[in-house]
Amino acid sequence: MPGPSGTSRAPYLLVLPGWIWLAIFFVLPICGMLSVSLMTGNVIDGFGFTGAVGNYAEALGGYWEQILRSLLYGLCATVLCIAVGYPMAYWIAFRGGAHKATYLLLLLLPFFVAQVLRAISWKFILADNGVVLGPLKALGILGPDAHVLSTATAVVCGLAYNFLPFMVLPIYAVLERVDHSVVEAARDLFASRTQAFLRVVLPLSLPGVFAGVLMVFVPTSSDYVNAAVLGGTHNTMIGNVIRTQYLVNNAYPTAAAITFVLMAALLLGIFGYARALGTEQVMEVQAR
Amino acid sequence: MATTTQREPGSDGAAPAGAAIALHGVSKTFRSGQGEVAAVRGIDLEIQRGEFFALLGPSGCGKTTTMRMIAGFEEPTSGVVRLAGDDVTGVPPNRRDVTMVFQSYALFPHMTVFDNVAFGLRRRRVPAAEVAERVGAALDLVELADRAGYRPARLSGGQQQRVALARAVVNRPAALLLDEPLGALDLKLRQAMQIELKRIQREVGITFVYVTHDQGEALTMADRIAVLNNGVVEQLGTPAEVYERPATRFVAGFIGTSNLITGTVARRDGEHADVEVGAGGHVRVRTATAQGERVDLTVRPEKVRLGTAEPGPELCRLRGTVEEVVYLGSATHYTVATRAGAAIVVFQQNAHDAQNLAERGSDVWLSWQPRHTYALPG
Repeated sequence: MPGPSGTSRAPYLLVLPGWIWLAIFFVLPICGMLSVSLMTGNVIDGFGFTGAVGNYAEALGGYWEQILRSLLYGLCATVLCIAVGYPMAYWIAFRGGAHKATYLLLLLLPFFVAQVLRAISWKFILADNGVVLGPLKALGILGPDAHVLSTATAVVCGLAYNFLPFMVLPIYAVLERVDHSVVEAARDLFASRTQAFLRVVLPLSLPGVFAGVLMVFVPTSSDYVNAAVLGGTHNTMIGNVIRTQYLVNNAYPTAAAITFVLMAALLLGIFGYARALGTEQVMEVQAR
Repeated sequence: MATTTQREPGSDGAAPAGAAIALHGVSKTFRSGQGEVAAVRGIDLEIQRGEFFALLGPSGCGKTTTMRMIAGFEEPTSGVVRLAGDDVTGVPPNRRDVTMVFQSYALFPHMTVFDNVAFGLRRRRVPAAEVAERVGAALDLVELADRAGYRPARLSGGQQQRVALARAVVNRPAALLLDEPLGALDLKLRQAMQIELKRIQREVGITFVYVTHDQGEALTMADRIAVLNNGVVEQLGTPAEVYERPATRFVAGFIGTSNLITGTVARRDGEHADVEVGAGGHVRVRTATAQGERVDLTVRPEKVRLGTAEPGPELCRLRGTVEEVVYLGSATHYTVATRAGAAIVVFQQNAHDAQNLAERGSDVWLSWQPRHTYALPG
């Protein structure tokens, strides 16, 4: 029966599917994974819960190098995304005029192509005698042994390319809401263009940068497609390890343990970053 | 050097040394998708040091564009802006010694009140001790010293307004530009802030250029008013001049309430003319209109006296019937339908000797001194 109590309960009822979704597809699997990470056994004899903390020791001891490399690659890709994406977001927000939506669509257009296909295209473009290196080598600008593929550079660039929109969009969303008269006020109060940007626009856009970092750093650090396609044997990321352990070696407990170690590392990194920025910068400070 | 006498604006190209701000033949045309829009069309103004100057006009009259050209956010399409005698064409806002109080306040939301007010001083590399002292004094001036550590979002609209004012005043600029600063406040707060602004202007002695569409605000606060319409100055003068002697039909209609009366010149007598208005109506006015021609006249509602006895022959007079009586406590407003057709509004103070002068439907005489009537140009 609809009544006053019914209307006040409506928001909770509406959010219920979300909670159920999270419970079924996040909380349950993560609990399952946690228990798998503490199992021992093999595919033929089956796995049993033994509280094997040793899996974690194996994950850390055997793969710390790939974990660190993944975090480093993720960090480099994130920084690259900020360097490329911030000016793009700024330009669209402040100079986009009536065509903002068009520019955003152009930004997203490449991502209508499947991710694997995009990585393979990069492989084609960056090939040792491909469209970029070939002419440079022919002109003698690069030596005959120069290569980009199978290097860390190729992997980081591939990661940055694939996750650029996740940096641009949140920064754009925040910049778009910055009151233009606030920038004018800074200019009026004797700030040069550079000072107005550094003292007013940049601090106001930090919540967007934070969101972008979150949305780029986390998935790039655990990505495996780019390392698999663009990297060589020395560029293996933890995502590749997990994939191999799980799908090739069928070492489910090890794969699960590595996953949790990676999660912990990412959470620590993000919290450290949030602390360093300060909660007020992470939260919206925009006065409306 | 020129002396600091006040000249007719636009009478010549050079700014006198006393003018804090001078505009000479300033125009601004904006290009839009449809074509060109002339926002300001040839404005000449000289604003004196220490003056409280109002730019008054309806929205779209060019007053904000004019102010933004003084601040440096827009460059004139033609003409020259001078600050303290110097041509500032091409000088960016941060190199102009004027500061602006924005309509939206434009406070920096990520900074405390103190840091907001200190912003301009720090950009000018004022030593920290002096910054603290001057910011403290500015916050005292606007009575917000106890809110120095707050973020703007935690302040009320009126408090934010005062922070914006302190942030501009603290730099001791040659002129302060205020863009409808009280527009977002409610009536009571606005009236309090009007008095407050006047006090602050007196205390700091800075030239104030005040942009507003509110004629009451301009009349209350300004030393001089420029009434703008369609990108040109319709009239420039003191509040009393602009109110008592509107130069154009627009000014008469825009400032205060005006009665518009149309009549025919019956007889000329030197500079004056006797104008017949309907049956029995007779107005004497200074005008150049020729005999037999139609002429538009204006008279303020509070100048008109309402009575039952026929007024003396030296007075302007109309005959009419009371249509509406609105009692307002301190005054009564009458609307009188005249024989000439036009309805005349009359404000009558309810002074100690005033009685209920007329009721709805009663026939009355309207009269006023000839010096209160003005003929409006075509």
